[in-house]
Amino acid sequence: MGLILEGIYKAFYLLFTLDPEVMGVTLLSLQISGTATLISLMMGISVGTAVALTEFPGRKFVVSLINTGMGLPPVVVGLFVTIFLWRNGPLGFLEILYTPAAMILAQAVIATPIVMGITLAAIQSLPRNLRLQILALGATRIQMVRILVKEAKLPLLAGVMAGFGGVISEVGASIMVGGNIKGYSRVLTTATVMETSRGNFDIAIALGIILLILAYFINLVLTHIQQRERPR
Amino acid sequence: MTQSPPILEIKSLQVRKGGILILDIPALQIEEGELLSLIGPNGAGKSTLLQTLASLTKVSAGEIVFKGERVAADHGGFAYRRRLSMVFQDPLLFDTTVFENVASGLRIRRMKKKEINRAVSENLERFGIAHLLQRSARKISGGEAQRVALARAFATKPEILFLDEPFASLDPPTRESLLTDLEAILRQTGTTTLMATHDRMEALRFSDRLAVMIGGKIFQVGPPYEVMNHPLDEFVASFVGVETILEGTVVKADQGSFLTLVGEKEIEAVGDIVLGDRVTLCIRPENVTLAVPPGHQATSARNVFPGVIEKVVPMGLYYKIQLQCGFPLVAYITTHSLENLKLKAGKEVVASFKATSIHVVKREPCQESQGLKGGGETN
Repeated sequence: MGLILEGIYKAFYLLFTLDPEVMGVTLLSLQISGTATLISLMMGISVGTAVALTEFPGRKFVVSLINTGMGLPPVVVGLFVTIFLWRNGPLGFLEILYTPAAMILAQAVIATPIVMGITLAAIQSLPRNLRLQILALGATRIQMVRILVKEAKLPLLAGVMAGFGGVISEVGASIMVGGNIKGYSRVLTTATVMETSRGNFDIAIALGIILLILAYFINLVLTHIQQRERPR
Repeated sequence: MTQSPPILEIKSLQVRKGGILILDIPALQIEEGELLSLIGPNGAGKSTLLQTLASLTKVSAGEIVFKGERVAADHGGFAYRRRLSMVFQDPLLFDTTVFENVASGLRIRRMKKKEINRAVSENLERFGIAHLLQRSARKISGGEAQRVALARAFATKPEILFLDEPFASLDPPTRESLLTDLEAILRQTGTTTLMATHDRMEALRFSDRLAVMIGGKIFQVGPPYEVMNHPLDEFVASFVGVETILEGTVVKADQGSFLTLVGEKEIEAVGDIVLGDRVTLCIRPENVTLAVPPGHQATSARNVFPGVIEKVVPMGLYYKIQLQCGFPLVAYITTHSLENLKLKAGKEVVASFKATSIHVVKREPCQESQGLKGGGETN
């Protein structure tokens, strides 16, 4: 018991004194996962909207592929990104293995299907006649797509949150492609794994608390979105 | 009807979905400023017709001519769509304020802020919802939402308005007040309107002309009373409210009146019919009078049949009585009369109806698509 209490006490001390190491790791985490989420938004929203609005042969297959991608195990992503970035791998010439760039790439691969799947569902859940109504208001096709995405903004925000939540708490891929190098590619999750294995529970708990707070805020926003009504 | 050319004209229009012909209209003309109601059961193609005319669905064959110009067959033509407005059964409001909703069509047209403000407040005023201006579209009632949808449609000053069952999901009092307001607004603005509905009373009171649609085809077009009282065939009759439809052979014809054998009973009706013809007789329920046997008074009606009540169905302000007189017969009766005559299932009554009140349709093998341009003339 003493171990845990002391750990928690020390953790809060580190948090309130803004310990430079803890803050550095947190900041890097936010940067890497934020960038990865941004990339996944660009890919996910555009492709998700396109798939939602068009009919083409094999569409069901594509949709099932996207939905499967939403549950991609990070370790598998880590494995394949590592292979691709390996010195003599297909993308080896980039020489970015064990860098933050590799982590961003891996995390974007994890988050993109999540954002894509939620975008797809969000656009499809809009009333069927809404598209016709927008066109009947005189919109061009581009205007219509823009208005539809705007109408789906709340579920899309849920997509952003789910994507970000997925990658900030992910550890497997980050440790595999980032290497957990201190001050360079060490993020909240990888640092927690390492400090725990070393028995430095105070720092591990401090990092864990930060992760929990982030998770809480993400869920707060998601809950708020889910409780809203749609207009008639 | 005016002498000017029609505002919208359909020429041999066909629409197919998945290889199936779902809309087939050889010709239909909509006059400037008129209110035309499309009436028909669910799945009759009313919505498809409206969407096709609004250039929201692809035309498979034929053409649509708007003010002398052919409307493009694909749905890329937003220039044409900017001249019309459409309101659906669901208000389909955007997730923003009432003001922004009404302004949306104008924003799409990139109009100036000043003009938008003016048009929005004018139309909110018109539909009695000015007080909702800054409210969220998520927080207004169903009736208010449909008013916002209508204000949004009118804000762009459409040359033609398409209404797809705009009152169908409203409760009766809300529907009534909106119907009254919309009718006044349409008369005042003179907006050419095409409205789909499956409510006969709505169509009857609302329109200059009525078009009956069944199975993707228009069966009859004409002034509402004419269509309802002189349906062209049983399809139309069964839909516009003639509840008793009987078939029989003419056994006696004499100077404009004739006797038709229906089952074992002879019914007298009026019309230019020859002996041996097969005819369909349509009897509207409100034209049937009921009396209770011992004390029933002499009537001028030529058709008097004793019968037994099979079923009494409450219909709100009146009751629908289903009778068996050797043939099935339906009558409407007020609550007051029902109580006075103590009518209930199993009771014996005498039903009477005038020969002149029967609508006669000659049985001919193929009658569809007749009377498309005319005023629903029968003979």
